[in-house]
Amino acid sequence: MSTSILYDTPGPRSRRRTAIGSVVAGVAILAALALVVQQLAEQGQFDLELWSPWIDPTDEQFPAVWDLITEAAINTLTAAVLAMAFSLVIGTLLALSRITAAAWYRWIIVGVVELLRGIPVVIAIFFAARVLPQFGLDLPTLWYLVIGLTAYNSVIIAEIVRAGINSLPRGQREAAESLGLRRSQVLAQVLLPQAFRVMLPALISQLVVVLKDTSLGFIISYEETVNTAGIIIQNLRNPIQTYLIIAVLFIVVNYALSRLAVYIEYRLSRGKKSVSKKAEEATMSEAGTAGA
Amino acid sequence: MNVIIENFPLYVDGLLRTLQICAYGFVGSLVLGTILGAFRVSPVAPLRWVGTAWVTVFRNCPLTIVLFFCAFGLPEVGINGLYFWFGVTGLVLYTSAFVCEAVRSGINSVSPGQAEAARAVGLNFGQSLSSVIMPQAVRTVIPPLGSVIIAMIKNSAIVGAFGVGGDLFAVGQGLASAQGKAALPVLTGVALGYLVITIPGGLLLGILERKVAIAR
Repeated sequence: MSTSILYDTPGPRSRRRTAIGSVVAGVAILAALALVVQQLAEQGQFDLELWSPWIDPTDEQFPAVWDLITEAAINTLTAAVLAMAFSLVIGTLLALSRITAAAWYRWIIVGVVELLRGIPVVIAIFFAARVLPQFGLDLPTLWYLVIGLTAYNSVIIAEIVRAGINSLPRGQREAAESLGLRRSQVLAQVLLPQAFRVMLPALISQLVVVLKDTSLGFIISYEETVNTAGIIIQNLRNPIQTYLIIAVLFIVVNYALSRLAVYIEYRLSRGKKSVSKKAEEATMSEAGTAGA
Repeated sequence: MNVIIENFPLYVDGLLRTLQICAYGFVGSLVLGTILGAFRVSPVAPLRWVGTAWVTVFRNCPLTIVLFFCAFGLPEVGINGLYFWFGVTGLVLYTSAFVCEAVRSGINSVSPGQAEAARAVGLNFGQSLSSVIMPQAVRTVIPPLGSVIIAMIKNSAIVGAFGVGGDLFAVGQGLASAQGKAALPVLTGVALGYLVITIPGGLLLGILERKVAIAR
């Protein structure tokens, strides 16, 4: 933060003021934290019986609780990985058909993309779980969740892929075409491989979104982490403790993925200045659309 | 499609309720997010830590868990209230982290030369902030902020799924589950309800973006 554009390099007086401000703010924050802790303690939220199923290996419920949550975490990851894989394939196909489509039917693809982008992902999931069975498509709950997530995320990925391809210098396409490559070859052998490199950070960020969105599986009773946490809470009556543990699990995994995205972006920007600058803009505009 | 026509008033009520949640969420997260954004660029280290911790926690945690925490955690520590307000609180806590990041990246996108030039001509901190940096930062903040707000409108459906009575999602859930109506038309109606908000919102954002776009 030393290079913040808002301030000059501080002189002795403003350094003193900053120091005083830091102490005041620090005390205020500690006081607020202490108040929260005190409130929690007053309500008996630090009682060992609420925590021990999670943190005490000798507790009789400890193995069962962690078995349940491990299984649920695997279910969450399965749904996220499947949804991401399908979204990647369908999203790429959507983007390619949007790019190569003749004008007279391109609007159909644009329409589908805009429609699916405009509805909440939770509606897409609920839709899949309620409507598909009425058309005789009886699947395990996992697949309704995957279908719902894929419907929503494939159009987001389609936009990321399109932005990635558009961010490449025009010379790439021109050079490939002048070598006599067919249109499909230009896309498959020249543009897409480069675009995927550029898009990698945005795709990882989207994986974080998908991972978070799998928690919506609780609406259709898919046994993922949040749903299982609910079941545990019904038995142990410790919502704060259980949700805290689940939240920490999510935050650790997602934070690691976000850092990975930042790291890859940094690596890429060292390699190719001009390309990754544009990709960064593409990523920037996508970063805001983070879902649930 | 008769279901939609028969229950049209219900859908309109749901739409209004959704808009109400979004209005509270919009104001709340904008205020909180801007404060946090200011924290993140402030020279006072503890405030920066609070901002960073907030963003790390709420950006990486599913909204579902945030809402569960508000709905079931807060009553445990003696904070009671309407479900509606728990839902709005959760939405504000979650969205403010994204608003904060948009604000911060906007401020950081102003080139340092601008601030240096402002100081060089003798403007003080308040003047350079209000007449040089902010006018430029706001322009870069608008596109990502708009996306965040549209995402928030869609996320309000999750608040509805928690049984904040009568919003669009709850209307759909009620008609499809409780009354056993055919799910396809009922949920198509719900989806249309959201599209009525999100698509014009997206178009408006596009216009706004072109209007404030600056070559840099």
